[in-house]
Amino acid sequence: MPARTPRRSGIRGGEAASGWLFTAPMIILLGMFLVIPVLMALWVSFSDWNGRGSPFSGSVAFVGLDNYSALVGGGGLAEQDFGTALRNNAWYVLLVVPIQTTLSLFLAVLVNRQILRGRGFFRTAFYFPSVTSSVAITVLWLFLFSASGAVNKLLSFIGVNGPNWFNDPSGVLHNIFEALGVETGPAVLTGNSFLGISFWEWLAGPSVAMSAFILMAVFTTSGTFMLLFIAALQNLSGDVVEAAVMDGANGWQRFWQVTLPQLRPTLFTVLTLGLIGAWQVFDQIYTGTQGGPGKTTLTPAYLSYQAAFTNQAWGQGAAIAFILFVIIVVFTLFQRWLLAERAVSARRMRWYLQTPTSGGSK
Amino acid sequence: MQRRNSRLLISAGLTVVGALTLSACGSGSGFSSDSATTGGELTSDSSQGLSVLIGSSGDAETAAVNAAVAAWSKTSGTNAEVSVASDLNQQLAQGFAAQKPADVFYLSTDALAGYASNGSLLAYGDNLANKDDFYPSLVSAFTYDGEFYCAPKDFSTLQLLINTDLWAKAGLTDADIPTTWDELATVSATLTTGSQVGLALGSEYARLGAFMAQAGGSLMNEDSTEATANSPENVAGLEYAQTLLNDGVMSYASEIGAGWGGEAFGKQLSAMTIEGNWITGAMTNDFPDVNYTVAELPAGPEGKGTLQFTNCWGIATDSPNQTAALNLVEQLTSKDAQLTFSEEFGPMPSIMSAAAEWKSANPALIPFLDGADYAQGVPIVQGAADVVSDLNAQLESLKTGNAQAILDSTQKNLQALLK
Repeated sequence: MPARTPRRSGIRGGEAASGWLFTAPMIILLGMFLVIPVLMALWVSFSDWNGRGSPFSGSVAFVGLDNYSALVGGGGLAEQDFGTALRNNAWYVLLVVPIQTTLSLFLAVLVNRQILRGRGFFRTAFYFPSVTSSVAITVLWLFLFSASGAVNKLLSFIGVNGPNWFNDPSGVLHNIFEALGVETGPAVLTGNSFLGISFWEWLAGPSVAMSAFILMAVFTTSGTFMLLFIAALQNLSGDVVEAAVMDGANGWQRFWQVTLPQLRPTLFTVLTLGLIGAWQVFDQIYTGTQGGPGKTTLTPAYLSYQAAFTNQAWGQGAAIAFILFVIIVVFTLFQRWLLAERAVSARRMRWYLQTPTSGGSK
Repeated sequence: MQRRNSRLLISAGLTVVGALTLSACGSGSGFSSDSATTGGELTSDSSQGLSVLIGSSGDAETAAVNAAVAAWSKTSGTNAEVSVASDLNQQLAQGFAAQKPADVFYLSTDALAGYASNGSLLAYGDNLANKDDFYPSLVSAFTYDGEFYCAPKDFSTLQLLINTDLWAKAGLTDADIPTTWDELATVSATLTTGSQVGLALGSEYARLGAFMAQAGGSLMNEDSTEATANSPENVAGLEYAQTLLNDGVMSYASEIGAGWGGEAFGKQLSAMTIEGNWITGAMTNDFPDVNYTVAELPAGPEGKGTLQFTNCWGIATDSPNQTAALNLVEQLTSKDAQLTFSEEFGPMPSIMSAAAEWKSANPALIPFLDGADYAQGVPIVQGAADVVSDLNAQLESLKTGNAQAILDSTQKNLQALLK
């Protein structure tokens, strides 16, 4: 470490002030349009503001955690709707995030190969859905997945009688259970509930309608994330792969043991962005189904909008938004912990040490 | 991480932030709140023009409202500007939060209770010069907490639509038009063939509720002070519908690949449907080759019953010129204006004095207007829309469900609203 300068003076004296000066516009903008409104929304979630006039006027009272407790323990319709919305969105996240990440990585590896002809074309083609507005895609999807739409026509060629996608509220897992002969769940699942809906309902899986949205999310976002992966892949140095080749690693091993670990930072970005986007799904629901059929495409973001703007339950709407915020933060932290670089464990190390002796013989 | 957090923050608070930001800007005018309440003097700051916010069904409606408002502007000397909302609920909410709402606006029965209870709406019904001319069922649809809030703009009722070609093909005559539940079941069975179902309708309360009304039931009592959702009458109504569904003579439109009853009817997937008078526009535009007739819905055990749908002209409490707004609404609900609207874009006039002329101009649609005598509205209590949408969700699986259990849960939810 260099010797510390005893006093900040002379030519470097005004640095702090200039620093603040240069960042001031952004700080002011963010404060005005982000921090202050968010704090205001936080206040609303603790108040009984009913949508008329300023939420800071004298007639608006502090109601503590009332809005939150109605959602997570009220026993009423609000809790039930919130539970349903969380259930729907949890299944959505559970399916969308892994599928879109895998698919985008797969596409990226595919179009990154030197031998592929017309790589530019494929890159553009895969990226295209991402630059199209989600409203346009939703409308397209509504047509494709209508009862007599193109998707069902295609399915009928292979002898499958397609479902009435956007009007089918039945859960996919429930349908599978039913096909296996389980019509109603065991009493332990149907009799007990969490957030107003029974555990059997939690296990319903995404509804057929939600599945169409899941396919749509995968279709539209994979292109964006493919781009991130391509950028990361092009940054990898060839030496490491070459060394792996010299060590006798085959293509599959090179991908899993050499390429993928190096993509960890990008993987984190993609998973985080995917997670956030999937938890906040709103436009598709707003333009497409408005929560129907049978509330199976209701999501917390849409429920928050509905509570505030159509039911004048502004406190509850804000509370939903903040609960969603906490959920997203928790998931992101969990995933950060999961993907963190760790010292190699002893068990793992043993495997590495064995490799030179056993490797290459197969 | 910082930037990502910011994104989180943005979207987490997004829904509320917009309105809040507006309200922060508008809070300077906060002193005027609660000044104008019912019974008091109406504000009349004539220096300000009126803004009119409508949720339009199309160009015809926009043009007609524009013309009517412009005509009023000319005679009254007060400026008035019509704007078409892309999302009426949202734009109204933003206006109220900022205390700069539109002066006059379309208001649905679903939204009435919310805005009435937070004081955004002026209860001007009793000041209307033509107050006694409105159908009583419509007046009660816009009465909240004993006060008549706003003038019904127009209304629609549900009736039975019959495809006359398919009707004749099945060997049925005018004498066979069903007047009882049994007859409806019989003709539905006669009209059901391999490629078409007898009767198709939407799967929501706004259609199936007609059966409940015919059985003598309703979700709440007339002034919405008591929940009556799980009454034996309602159960009987739903069980009748359930029987028709299970017999295969009635289907939900969604089950046969149509978006709504009108589409199923127009595509001749069904020989009959239960819809409101808005269907006429769709039939003329999309299915001009389908011949049909309108009949009154058959009577149930407790006589005739149907549902009505209506909007009103709301006036904001925060409007600086309520007197002019009231005057404009009187003009817009007058006989001439309503008959013109009806001609231009098809709604039924909300006043009784226009009935005779409307009937002579629309002889084929008379059953819809006759429905006004026995039609039932939606519950007027804050949060009822949520309960109804929950009921709708359950009605989608009525076929295999239990009518009593469905209505019990609705009863529980409605009672929770009254506490």
